[in-house]
Amino acid sequence: MIHRLELALKPTLEDPIGHKTLKQFQTHGYAATSIRTLEVYLIESEAISSTEQLARFSEELFVDPVLNDYALNDPLAERLAFDWFVEVGYKAGVTDNAARVAKENLSLQVPLAEGDLLASARAYLIQGDFTAQEIQKAAHRLLVNPLIQRVALLSRQEFSAQKERLFQFPHPQGDAPISVEKPPCDSLEQLMALSEQRLLALSKEEARTILSYYQRASTQQDRLRHGLPQGPTDVELECIAQTWSEHCKHKIFNSHIDYEDEEGNLTQIQSLYKTYIQGSTNQIRQALGTKDWCLSVFKDNAGIIRFNEDWSLAFKVETHNSPSALDPYGGALTGIVGVNRDAYGTGMGAKLIANTDVFCFGPPDYDGPLPKKLMHPERIFEGVRLGVEHGGNHSGVPTVNGAICFDDSFVGKPLVFCGTVSLMPAKHQGAPSEQKQAQRDDHILMVGGRIGKDGIHGATFSSIALDENSPVSAVQIGDPITQKRMFDFLWAAKQENLYSSVTDNGAGGLSSSVGEMAEDTKGAKLHLDRAPLKYKGLQPWEILVSEAQERMTLSVPPTRVERFLALAEEMLVEASDLGEFTDSGYLECFYHGELVARLEMEFLHQGLPAMRLKAKWTPPVFVEPPALELHLGKTLRQLLGRPNVASKERVIRQYDHEVGGAGVIKPLMGPNNDAPMDAAALRPVLESKEGALIANGICPKFAPYDTYHMAANAIDEAIRNLIATGGSLNQIAGLDNFCWPDPVESDHTPDGQYKLAQLVRACQAIYDYCLGFGVPCISGKDSMKNDAILEGKKISIKPTLLFSVLGKVEDITKLITSDAKGPDHAVYLLGETHNEMAGSELFGLLGLTAGQVPKVNSTTAKARYEQVAQATEQGLISALHDCSDGGLGVALAEMAFGGGYGMELELGFALTSSGLEPIQYLFSESASRLVALVKKKHQPAFESLLRDQFLTLLGTTTLKQELLILAKGEVVVHEPLEGLKSSWQQGLA
Amino acid sequence: MKGPTKTLIPSGLGLNCEKETQYSCLRAGAEGAEVVHTLDLLQGRVNLFDYGLIVFIGGFLDGDYLGSARVNVNRFKYGAEPKLREQLKEYLRQGRLILGICNGFQFLVKLGLLPFSEDAFTTQSASLAHNVQGQFEDRWVWLKKNEGNSSPFLTGIDRIYLPVRHGEGQLVVKNAMVEQEIIKHNLIGLRYADTEGRPTEVYPLNPNGSWENAAALSNLEGTVFGLMPHPEAYNHYTNHPHWTSQPFQGEEGEGLIFFKNAYRYLNDSA
Repeated sequence: MIHRLELALKPTLEDPIGHKTLKQFQTHGYAATSIRTLEVYLIESEAISSTEQLARFSEELFVDPVLNDYALNDPLAERLAFDWFVEVGYKAGVTDNAARVAKENLSLQVPLAEGDLLASARAYLIQGDFTAQEIQKAAHRLLVNPLIQRVALLSRQEFSAQKERLFQFPHPQGDAPISVEKPPCDSLEQLMALSEQRLLALSKEEARTILSYYQRASTQQDRLRHGLPQGPTDVELECIAQTWSEHCKHKIFNSHIDYEDEEGNLTQIQSLYKTYIQGSTNQIRQALGTKDWCLSVFKDNAGIIRFNEDWSLAFKVETHNSPSALDPYGGALTGIVGVNRDAYGTGMGAKLIANTDVFCFGPPDYDGPLPKKLMHPERIFEGVRLGVEHGGNHSGVPTVNGAICFDDSFVGKPLVFCGTVSLMPAKHQGAPSEQKQAQRDDHILMVGGRIGKDGIHGATFSSIALDENSPVSAVQIGDPITQKRMFDFLWAAKQENLYSSVTDNGAGGLSSSVGEMAEDTKGAKLHLDRAPLKYKGLQPWEILVSEAQERMTLSVPPTRVERFLALAEEMLVEASDLGEFTDSGYLECFYHGELVARLEMEFLHQGLPAMRLKAKWTPPVFVEPPALELHLGKTLRQLLGRPNVASKERVIRQYDHEVGGAGVIKPLMGPNNDAPMDAAALRPVLESKEGALIANGICPKFAPYDTYHMAANAIDEAIRNLIATGGSLNQIAGLDNFCWPDPVESDHTPDGQYKLAQLVRACQAIYDYCLGFGVPCISGKDSMKNDAILEGKKISIKPTLLFSVLGKVEDITKLITSDAKGPDHAVYLLGETHNEMAGSELFGLLGLTAGQVPKVNSTTAKARYEQVAQATEQGLISALHDCSDGGLGVALAEMAFGGGYGMELELGFALTSSGLEPIQYLFSESASRLVALVKKKHQPAFESLLRDQFLTLLGTTTLKQELLILAKGEVVVHEPLEGLKSSWQQGLA
Repeated sequence: MKGPTKTLIPSGLGLNCEKETQYSCLRAGAEGAEVVHTLDLLQGRVNLFDYGLIVFIGGFLDGDYLGSARVNVNRFKYGAEPKLREQLKEYLRQGRLILGICNGFQFLVKLGLLPFSEDAFTTQSASLAHNVQGQFEDRWVWLKKNEGNSSPFLTGIDRIYLPVRHGEGQLVVKNAMVEQEIIKHNLIGLRYADTEGRPTEVYPLNPNGSWENAAALSNLEGTVFGLMPHPEAYNHYTNHPHWTSQPFQGEEGEGLIFFKNAYRYLNDSA
């Protein structure tokens, strides 16, 4: 029996959600005059037999007597004013968090049966003059994502006649017969056709390797002995494809590359990852010797560094681009809760202490053509923002820092980087917390959420370009509350020492988590039928590879299994015993006792042949920029209002950035809580003054010129942000996250050799600059297929490196903010300014592609950063800010209006010595520069400490609320702070 | 002595401020601060009388679905060990303390413990609705004490600057009669105020559009106190968003005052 419960706010109360929706309608030019909302629950249960019964349960459990009116099986809309009724719910099988909570709530009073179902929806009662077509368009633009949501759209006139539609329950289709298929794949052609059809993303080389595995005499004998068909079962094929996906195996980073540079020199690179990334980290760690503070790099779910004797920190950044393109909200939410699991499931388990998120979107005011199925950048922005809000806020993890980049190339695919820092006791049961190992005979325990068809083929899907046929199942919605409960349970289980190892179920699902843990013992027996399902009808292979969220896999010693399961039940967490780890040398999967997959571990994990690829670097040629004559004050205001530069306050305010009570440097500070900060700082252990600093560097805008310099600038920017906050180079760990367009030459990618050369050059920069700065990478990730092919047109992103850093400081009370603290502080520019305007915000504003990009000199920069750190340590600097997007001009303006003090500056000397024009000096984005404000009394000490540095005294801060910049006595900028600030604040408001 | 300073901090089910609350309690002088799972409390595995202060902390109980704290209120009403209700009443009768912060405040109001604690488990007199802006916000706000309120939690407070982090903080009262009762008995503890300490409905100084600009409520005795802002998030002077430009006045964050007040009250022999 299906019941419908509707909750409305009492008519005397404002409806804030309705009102906010109304404003969105109006902003987009839709003529709505009023919108009110209803919360709707559909309940399918035989346990409630009468409306009277339902009324009692509703009043006791659902209705807020102060806020709500309600209706049962009799739509409220009949009695309310509206022109159009739009009800939005989830499609069958899509995670519906409100329904899960509602079900738990109902079960407090009603003995629900196993198969009873709830679904939630929100109804919008819209008043306004719309045609059916207009309302349809508005709803799809603002309210519905048809990929995952169902919508009922009724006019006032048709409502009574058609209200039956509102009682339709979204049932998952679960009636397909369960079977294990043995698809025909005797030939390469058959296997490749299968790969296409099943979204396996196999290359020909991989397909050949699979065929030859099955054709080996030893394989054939083994399969015969175990009653398996000669060829692969569908379970095996799927398992291999997930394990070998680009997403899981990083094939491009591990490929053999023949690289030819611009002079025709050939270099053979055995593996970009081992050569450049691991290579530089190893050298740095060797040089640190006994002082090496890296505890675990590149092997666990996150990198681990020492914080102090008692505590360690883990840090991981992931991308979640393809899902965010299709469903920005679910994609971003899943990105957050996914990287949370990584950071939690590192070592023997770690508590989450901070999130950092970086997004790349198309311009919010994009008005170019949008291929079907792609959402407008503004909508992607808002969906991702909301997903991160829910992912972070609901998990109780502060979002402490981030960045948003805008560029046309991200119209085809947004980039959503989600990072999490976690804190773990240095020791677990007397052993280092970063050590873990599954033991033979340990049971395989899966905990957390149930398995559904959501997230099937996420790993292989992200390994191919987005197109019109991208599958719905690759999209999921995370559930931070279920996950938080799971973490609470896992922490309790850890205290009781109930497991030997833990990892997350992310890409590739069980096939990946169990497959990887089984490497510890060299084998596992996995009973797929024992896994709890969200609904009936999942095929064995689907159970194995589903990426349904909120699940972790643990190895539990046989003697602890009973207690583990009991504790889980006590804490309302589902845990299932799925089998055990063995030393058979095989990964074996069973379904109701029948062997459905048996794959040699060696083949599965080491059998993948390395790719051989070619890369050729031909430097693109750019013209010299024209001479520019602009009003510099107006230009500065325009730059401040550009989305890349403008205040992100609207976004920041909607993220909880202080839960945990550990915040020291927050995204916005200063006397009016609106001055932008360069890095985040917190005190992870509240009792201690020691601090952790987090910052990011990202500058895809330099990529079209040379990805070497793009990467160098990203690394420099991240480190500079830490230095600008009072950090030091003593202990900074880096994370490299690559998002690239497909760099493998093919019919689809004729320019693959160039794109691969771009990748080689970015990796070379990591090697050079990580070594140069002494910053080891501890973890990283790559997402290599960021292309969209839509309506025959390919849109590739700009190659992008996000470099994230985690630093440690001994005393948070020495940290520093960017806002000017008073009048008469000297204003210094540290570092040299060159005519490096290519890729700059100014050239972006003017639409110019020309000139030189900034180049990083790590030798001089390192010396500068070290001395600046000494100066902050000694308390000589009152405010410090990084010069990046928008150059010196923007940095000065932000410091001035951030603190509420003006500046009076003279560039004359600087212009003479640099040979630059004022426009170049103010807006070039030369690397490694900082602006420091110094109180008069500290000037001598400051100048003496930094005497070997390139230090330029520009002027002083003033009480006048204006930025006055002179060049040899002539006014070049004379702007009231108010105007500068409002340009900056309104750019993205 | 009115009770031990040992403090109970129920957590789990989406709550998330246990760490900083525990730290704040200990810094403020509690002899102990224990984080327990809410389910342990519900199932009768916790002896309330070991504690003089219970802090219902902030977080996202059940993701705020069905309205903040709604499902947890139902757990306390229908899914708890039956004697818990009586124990809670006895706990309050003895003059022991309850503090609700953010999600904990929403919980106390919806359970009926605030503002009329005698109505607990039966009548809900007020509620917390979505902020009028329709969105979650994290920002620091000025709060002004309602002079007439004599809750021990507010001793020595006139104005205080604290962060709010909520999407459902708009206080709504059931009807005009209840409004009058709340005013008459001075059950409003704190109001959102401007920088001069004048209560205001101007956004964003008042971040949610609350009735009477109320940010906190107490019961008649003042022993049950709830507020939307987060005192535990101002546990160290470096939590303050202006700390780098203010003169140093000590390590402690001002938010600890609520906890110190509670312990002073409990230690008070009178």
